[in-house]
Amino acid sequence: MDAAAEQKYNFDVVRWFTVMATVYLVVGALVGVYIAAELAWPFLNFDLPYISFGRLRPLHTNAVIFAFGGCALMATSYYSVQRTCGVRLWSDKLAWFVFWGWNLIIVLAVVSYPLGITQGKEYAELEWPIDLLIAVVWLVYSFNFIMTLATRKSSHIYVSNWFFLGMMVMITYLHVVNSLAIPVDLFKSYSLFSGVQDAMVQWWWGHNAVGFYLTAGFLGIMYYFVPKQAGRPVYSYRLSVIHFWALMFGYVWLGAHHLQYTALPDWTGSLGAAVSLAMIIPSWGGAVNGMMTLSGAWDKLRTDYVLRFMIMSLAFYAMSTFEGPVMSLKTVNALSHYTDWTVGHVHSGALGWVAMVAIGAIYHMMTRTFHTEMWSTKLINAHFWTATIGAVIYVVAMWVSGIMQGLMWRAYDEYGTLAYTFAESVEAMHPYYAMRTVGGAIFLLGAVLMLINVLMTVKKAAGEGSLQQARTAAASA
Amino acid sequence: MANDNQSKNFQEKMEKNVWLLLILLALALSVGGLVEIVPLFTQKSTMEHNAAPELVWQRKPGQTLQDYKPGEGMRPYTALELAGRDIYQKEGCYVCHSQMIRPFRDEKERYGHYSLASESMYDHPFQWGSKRTGPDIARLGGKYSDDWHRKHLRAPRSVVPESVMPNYPWLKDNSVEGVDMVTRFKVMRLMGVPYTDEDIASANAELAGKTEEDAMVAYLQVLGTMTKLDDNKVYRE
Repeated sequence: MDAAAEQKYNFDVVRWFTVMATVYLVVGALVGVYIAAELAWPFLNFDLPYISFGRLRPLHTNAVIFAFGGCALMATSYYSVQRTCGVRLWSDKLAWFVFWGWNLIIVLAVVSYPLGITQGKEYAELEWPIDLLIAVVWLVYSFNFIMTLATRKSSHIYVSNWFFLGMMVMITYLHVVNSLAIPVDLFKSYSLFSGVQDAMVQWWWGHNAVGFYLTAGFLGIMYYFVPKQAGRPVYSYRLSVIHFWALMFGYVWLGAHHLQYTALPDWTGSLGAAVSLAMIIPSWGGAVNGMMTLSGAWDKLRTDYVLRFMIMSLAFYAMSTFEGPVMSLKTVNALSHYTDWTVGHVHSGALGWVAMVAIGAIYHMMTRTFHTEMWSTKLINAHFWTATIGAVIYVVAMWVSGIMQGLMWRAYDEYGTLAYTFAESVEAMHPYYAMRTVGGAIFLLGAVLMLINVLMTVKKAAGEGSLQQARTAAASA
Repeated sequence: MANDNQSKNFQEKMEKNVWLLLILLALALSVGGLVEIVPLFTQKSTMEHNAAPELVWQRKPGQTLQDYKPGEGMRPYTALELAGRDIYQKEGCYVCHSQMIRPFRDEKERYGHYSLASESMYDHPFQWGSKRTGPDIARLGGKYSDDWHRKHLRAPRSVVPESVMPNYPWLKDNSVEGVDMVTRFKVMRLMGVPYTDEDIASANAELAGKTEEDAMVAYLQVLGTMTKLDDNKVYRE
């Protein structure tokens, strides 16, 4: 079985993406912990331009989203599309082009951000030549995926692939429009849009990078890997159809809620907020569909640590997709906007949902593509608890600091003047910034445990010759 | 239920045909963006200066950027200011400072009049920001002396002990001479920022002998000073 799959499918590129995703999780989290520490103890900037907060922060966000998230998505989508379609990837060459191209982009990001080469638009800071490269690699990645679907052996396209497909189309739209710029030289360009229009385009991109890359894409992961790991079919087909189309159509509208009470016309922000509220329903539809897949198999959570990651991720997903719409309500947004609450919300989604479901999928793929058990099951369990505890500490710290900031900024004393200076609010944040750093460090520790486990499993597979065996057995079969 | 049946059949078709699925996705995914973004370019009410033309500097023929007086309305940045803005972007200042004051009582008292869309009409890209780890600086210009800004940029905690901002000592050591502002102005004009031929011709000369710190201070000191806003006037609903 293993051997047949090894021969039939392209697992090589999946293995490489899987291992690199693990490496980038450690790198991205490490930079994150460092910049968190810079905010708690500013001397850590060491008066060096290359590691100052403003230059490293884009490196952190891009490393976790595009390096870790990207490799995880490419590994999972290329793995599951082969398994659900019953065919090998349409082109091995293009798959390798995507692997090397994507990693080249990551290297270029690691070099250019510390040097201060940036377009100055959040989560899309890479300069125009790299943006062009991203467009090419992304289209080739999508093309290879679509052609694999087109040549499938199964009659229906499985639900996980719908989500991956939605992500591919939307990210193409977003990346192309948001990156429109006129170059000044090789290292500098100016955004084609200005002011309010640029703001709307940016947050249309910003929220949909979350909505399609980090949500639709990772729901694709959920729809394949949760049923596989649990050994149960998806709970409800009908729910997945409704939830899919509602999510695809609706998520696109949400970006405007990032700009409430700004100079963006009121109708746009309100429209974004209204649709945001409605999105609770499809989001929870997805969460319920994932969790209920376990009905009748809940006992597996006691022994299957990989499944624990997946179910915890769905719990975080349900939580943060409730929190998000609440934060888009005007009265709540008036308090939460510009504060750490937003940072906390993002991380409950990023650490809790995105990272955990991807981690579960990575462990799953490790055993299936290296044809051996993980080096240490205990270490997976240790990773699960460090990841969960780290994420909770981080999120709680940011909730407290965010709400406190919001309240301090608007507080008045008995004479009707502002009760606190801005500097006083900064000072009050210190303990929470320290606490956030600790939470992040615990999460990072878990990621390091995972990397050790992954690398030792690769070594173990080589020692046992399990991969070799699968290859040769397949050849003789 | 007939409808339900029909949609199920259609869903069935899509699940069997990747191209059909792709086309439907492409359509469904384009609606939200089109509805929210396109009107911002076409509706006049988006930009306040369409109803209040005094918000934009009415430059007379032959006037240079140096002839401008603060409060005369929005004008393009001078070469030094734009060089400063580029450094603001390069150092990632926007990740901690917003430039967008919301219409609340506390923000008015802390930062000043709420920001207008017209006030960032020449900002490619916008720098409204999304986070206030530091305070909003949309109306920072003129609040502190140049000297204070230099001290603050070099060592923020020497003037604000609670600050968590990094020190930027290298700004005073880096020259901006040789930055090609002529090309930058030309690109800006291409996108509709009204620079004149004279502005462009003299752009590089303005940077002679200047440092990154000089440019940054020039930018910080112009923030929010271009428009004179009337507290009693409603600029937007």
